[in-house]
Amino acid sequence: MKNGQLITITDMVKDYPIGKGYFRALEDINLTIGEGEFAGLVGPSGSGKTTLLNIIGSLDVPSKGDANVLGHSIGQLNARQSAQLRNHHLGFIFQTYNLLPVYNVFENVELPLLLLKMEKNKRYELVNQALDWVGLQDKRKSRPAQLSGGECQRVSIARAMVKQPKIVLADEPTANLDAENSHNILQTMETLNRDLKTTFIFATHDEKVIQYLHRKISLFDGKVAKDEQVKK
Amino acid sequence: MLAIKLAYRNLMGARLRTWLNVFVLSLAFVVIIWFKGVLNGWNQQARHDTISWQIGGGQYWHENYDPYDPFTVEDSHAPLTDEMTAAIKQGKMTPTLISQASIYPQGRIQSVSLRGVDPDQQILELPTEYLKSDDGEIPAIIGSRTAKNSKLNIGDYVTVRWRDVNGTFDANEVKIVHIFKTDVPTTDLGILWIPIDKHQSMVQMPNQATTLTTSHEIGYIGEFPGWVFKDHYFLLSEIREMIKAKSIGGYIYFIILMSLAMLAIFDTQVLSIFRRQKEIGTHIALGMTQKQVVALFTVEGAMHSILAAFLAMIYGIPLLALQAKVGWSMPAGTDDFGLTLSDTIYPSYSIGLVVGTTLIVLITTTIVSYLPARRISKMEPTDAIRGKIQ
Ligand SMILES: Nc1ncnc2c1ncn2[C@@H]1O[C@H](COP(=O)(O)OP(=O)(O)OP(=O)(O)O)[C@@H](O)[C@H]1O
Ligand SMILES: [Mg+2]
Repeated sequence: MKNGQLITITDMVKDYPIGKGYFRALEDINLTIGEGEFAGLVGPSGSGKTTLLNIIGSLDVPSKGDANVLGHSIGQLNARQSAQLRNHHLGFIFQTYNLLPVYNVFENVELPLLLLKMEKNKRYELVNQALDWVGLQDKRKSRPAQLSGGECQRVSIARAMVKQPKIVLADEPTANLDAENSHNILQTMETLNRDLKTTFIFATHDEKVIQYLHRKISLFDGKVAKDEQVKK
Repeated sequence: MLAIKLAYRNLMGARLRTWLNVFVLSLAFVVIIWFKGVLNGWNQQARHDTISWQIGGGQYWHENYDPYDPFTVEDSHAPLTDEMTAAIKQGKMTPTLISQASIYPQGRIQSVSLRGVDPDQQILELPTEYLKSDDGEIPAIIGSRTAKNSKLNIGDYVTVRWRDVNGTFDANEVKIVHIFKTDVPTTDLGILWIPIDKHQSMVQMPNQATTLTTSHEIGYIGEFPGWVFKDHYFLLSEIREMIKAKSIGGYIYFIILMSLAMLAIFDTQVLSIFRRQKEIGTHIALGMTQKQVVALFTVEGAMHSILAAFLAMIYGIPLLALQAKVGWSMPAGTDDFGLTLSDTIYPSYSIGLVVGTTLIVLITTTIVSYLPARRISKMEPTDAIRGKIQ
């Protein structure tokens, strides 16, 4: 890890091929993000928030430059290595929750631990802990279809947090939620960030989210337009 | 291991859809095993009965003898050598003399094959002991099919007309002393069994025979010039061909059921790949490689066949075991089919049959599941997460 930072992005460019040419979604990105940050990529639609988040999440690769996450150059990892990185150190929270419909709450939260080949008692303990964090003990046997949107997103926070990853990436986590539920889950994540020192990175244009951020990285047309710390 | 565990969870989670596929697949299992079992049982019974009623350990045929060409019968006989007579005395084989004749039951003419056998023979199950008589009459035994066709009963006399070795016609009365029941129509249909010594003197072929049937325990006992040994492979070829032909019918049912099940599974899989794109993306985001997700989906599809095997066991084993015990009764009238077929067939299932069927089903489901799942590895994880239809 460079300079004690979890994430170091250097002169990074992302091009998407379109027809014969390409579309530049990210240009000249230089960014570092450290431990325990509660940061947000903000900007209008199409500014490249999701693209940047996906590269940090090793789901996509830079076209030029370097994105170093926890000491790994994302562009240089093979499929197995990037899967390992996500498996051990990264948690994801999606706008549409992406829970597995045929699993109940407990099983959904347990899945990342199964992928880590953790033994049963340990899994049980960690899943319970995660369900406590999000206050969903009483819904452990419910399937996603039986839950409200806010509850689904809390399950997905529990799933992202259960293995206590270094970094949690959340792409528009409140876009499908009403104000009350949005505040609710943001407070949950803020608490987890404070207590566990987990780094949270959001991609959002939701004012409700922005008011919680400790750092606001503004993207515009694929470039970092502004990067400001917010005093709390 | 993990793929198996997750696949199992996914299938159990999908509930009804899974069980419908599994049920159809289990039907395919049970039906094919039952059908093959019936054919095996039939094959064994037909072989066993043909051996004990007709062919023993194989037969020596006079070199001209061709059962499919009645004109050869006239020239297919020869005297027994001392060597052969000795073997007959030792119970190693028994002679049969065959000639063409006509009978006149109730004034109608019927062509029959006149067969002389040794009343004392112990090799064939044919009840030749009824032919031992010393009252000067010519005793005859016939099978139930022949009795029915010619409306003959025990105690009836029937006129037989034949040509002797010189082609001269002669006629006499024979007395039906016994009607036997056999599963082997070729020892019954159109055959009149009489004592061989009477037959030899009727056609003036003293000490002659057309075929010699060896004892099942001994079989081939060496070469005799002018005689050709026919082994089981040759003599049972008709049964083999018949079973083969019947098998094809069974495979058609199997293929139809399998196709139904495979279509359902293929459909489920293809739909899954599209409908569950987000799920696929989620698995990748949680730390699986695309290859692992392909494996997961393949195992999930293939697992249908394992569940089906278990389900098939639950209702199939008692069903098939019961069938093997009480047998499968043939409808009345199958006697007239001319097939070697007993009233009741006892199916016989082999380990190989069960294991082979399971393997075929498992391999087919795996292939059918793998083909659509392969698409997953071509997906961009970022697109998959959003559930973009490609
Ligand atoms: N797979 C792709 N192929 C081509 N162009 C893409 C692809 N993904 C994104 N883009 C383009 O890159 C740009 C940035 O997209 P991105 O999804 O990162 O925006 P965003 O800031 O997340 O927007 P939103 O707020 O609407 O989610 C957009 O103009 C988009 O059209
Ligand atoms: Mg976006």
